[in-house]
Amino acid sequence: MATIEFSEEQTMLMETAVDFCRKHSPIDRVRAQIEQSQSVDPAVWQEMVDLGWLGITVPEQYGGLGLSLADAVPIAESMGRHLMGSPFISTTLTTQALISSGSDAQRERWLPQIAAGTAASIALTEEDGNWNLTEIGSFATIQGDQLLLTAKKCFVQDAPEAGVIVVSARVDGDARLVAIAADQLPQGSLTRETVIDETRRSYTLEVDGLALPADQLLDRADFAAVEHAALLLLSAEMSGGLSGVLHVIIDYLTTRKQFDQYIGSYQSLKHPTVQILLSMEACRSHLYRAATCMAQGSIGELEAAVRMAKAQGSEAFAFAGDRAVQFHGGFGFTYECDAQLFLRRALWCQYQFGDAAYHRNLLAPLLLD
Amino acid sequence: MSATQTEVAEFEEQADRWFAENKPANPGFILPETFMEVGTDQQFEFLRDWQQKVYENGYVGMSWPKEFGGLGMDQVFQDIATKAMAKHRVPFLPNTIGLNWAGPLILAMGSQEEKSRYIKGILSAEDIWCQGFSEPDHGSDLGSAQCKAVKDGDEYVINGSKIWTSLGSYAKYMILIARTATGGPNKYAGLSFFLAPMQAEGIEPRPIKKLTGEYGFCQTFFNDARIPASCMIGKEGEGWKVAMATLMFERGAAGGQAGGLAMMDLSIDDIVELARRAKRNGKPAIEDPHVREELVDLITEARGNSHMAARAKVPGLATDWPTAISMSGKLRSSELKRRMCQFAISLQGANGARYVSSDAVDGGMWQRSYLNAFSGTIGGGTSQIQHNIIGERVLGLPKG
Repeated sequence: MATIEFSEEQTMLMETAVDFCRKHSPIDRVRAQIEQSQSVDPAVWQEMVDLGWLGITVPEQYGGLGLSLADAVPIAESMGRHLMGSPFISTTLTTQALISSGSDAQRERWLPQIAAGTAASIALTEEDGNWNLTEIGSFATIQGDQLLLTAKKCFVQDAPEAGVIVVSARVDGDARLVAIAADQLPQGSLTRETVIDETRRSYTLEVDGLALPADQLLDRADFAAVEHAALLLLSAEMSGGLSGVLHVIIDYLTTRKQFDQYIGSYQSLKHPTVQILLSMEACRSHLYRAATCMAQGSIGELEAAVRMAKAQGSEAFAFAGDRAVQFHGGFGFTYECDAQLFLRRALWCQYQFGDAAYHRNLLAPLLLD
Repeated sequence: MSATQTEVAEFEEQADRWFAENKPANPGFILPETFMEVGTDQQFEFLRDWQQKVYENGYVGMSWPKEFGGLGMDQVFQDIATKAMAKHRVPFLPNTIGLNWAGPLILAMGSQEEKSRYIKGILSAEDIWCQGFSEPDHGSDLGSAQCKAVKDGDEYVINGSKIWTSLGSYAKYMILIARTATGGPNKYAGLSFFLAPMQAEGIEPRPIKKLTGEYGFCQTFFNDARIPASCMIGKEGEGWKVAMATLMFERGAAGGQAGGLAMMDLSIDDIVELARRAKRNGKPAIEDPHVREELVDLITEARGNSHMAARAKVPGLATDWPTAISMSGKLRSSELKRRMCQFAISLQGANGARYVSSDAVDGGMWQRSYLNAFSGTIGGGTSQIQHNIIGERVLGLPKG
């Protein structure tokens, strides 16, 4: 039978992360941060850096802890539980791209700064919203020792804070990855996007014929590694988010009275709430099974495990957010009600890196043929 | 003392070989999938003989105490044996109530004398057990039981009736909840719990015809039936507590069962295989995009259930609602099984409308399994009641 492992490192990281997010991201802080230009308070970000979280998966030789991406899962999950925004996920994802696709020299150049606390970001999606990461319109041509990049990428997280951004582009017809240092981006390349999850700071990155040293074209182009990492981290956020929204629902169902009864006593609200609980349990189980595959390097099982986690979690979280708004009645229709924060987060997570139907479609050949 | 790795590995091989070699041949009649579906003497005798053979060869009750008929071994061996039974798809062990609910209850709460009297017969299937909880007017609401037990000297006189008594016609004993007092502070006070002999005069199990057209349940009538007062387990008036302990075994929330295969489980692989054989628009159904998506969804749900069992063993991964997984086992597995059967029928085109017969796909087993699957979603507390229980006890939502 497929097992689930949870190491001492993961246990310790989870304990720290649970306390950290509870302390730094109570719901009034989440709302206050929405009004700010950055997704996280710089002082809080510095604490995350000091805890070593950015270097969790960075190999020791580059100044990191050299742990598995599975060890970042409890952190992403705890942040999801408290709707905490920050460049943590985009940075960790960029790290995976550099580890899986960079040459030794490229890793040497970028990874130590990330481990030391420089945020990073990754630019994979384009205007057409295509989830297939290798079907891209952006392109680069190599001229001598220069690379000329013409790209329009969307949903680039926390881009102004990033010291390095990894961008996907076609080079000679192949989908490749290019690293760009922040100071190489011309003024005006980044435009803030309006996205449904207001805790996010999302940008469009547009460059036209940007000249970069050719050695910033990453050695390999392991899009599968990047996608699997993204699915794992998003599933972790969704698992945490499900737990958070379930608490919001239960608080209301046990305190709000209508017709002289707590509304949680009505089965029409009680039963779907139990469904949400069980879907949260399923989501968390798929998540940590996928994390186990990641930690054990079970590549054969990893793809199915992360796609299942993303498919199951996407549907469960979107349902939970939807019901959370509905169960709050008139209050649910207001901006003041916290249910909307979770519903917006759920929609964000669902539509980043493929929704449930998309992943089930890709799971079919893995499971059935 | 825990088992060494070598002992475990050797036993794995031994159990695997034994079940491979001793799997009974097809008896030539359709076998039930759970103890709730045993409808003919032929089916019953076949299954009872099988459990006896499994017991005599030491593959059930392995972790139960030696002095009462078990083998006193580490639970790990029983788990291996149970897994081997599932792997070789041998018939299930029919004394389900005894092995999984009554037996663990007696071992946990019974006297030395009760353990000596009952445990061995449970394991060997010599003494079949049934359950007398539900009543015709109080299906899932056990607390409202009206069946009366009045003390008369060293006996109790029982009057009333119980329903859904699986194996009622074959059982020697019944775990019975009856009301010994009325007018208590609440409906639960005044209930008592008995290990009642079924052959007492005045106890009459009458078979009920199920929605499948088969038999497999009884309604059991008590007309001034006299049972010895010593049959009571726990104290008079504390039957609710004993019943709740028993239901924890039934819902899979407490360990201590004798082990062994309790039912023939439908596997999602069987449905994938059916989708390969079934045709849709002249092509294998498994090539149809809608069929594929639904299959993936079912596999995801089935794996989710199995991952939940694995995660429940990791204390660091408990959630804010740590009893959710153990309390929801029956709800999740029975509802999934019902959906899987519905989907399997939908793969058969017009033949979905057939029923058990030689013309039907796989002899009509899918249609029959679907109708029988309601025993899981209704028995032991309906899925709707399970939602209430989980909502109230796990999430702390107010009672209606």
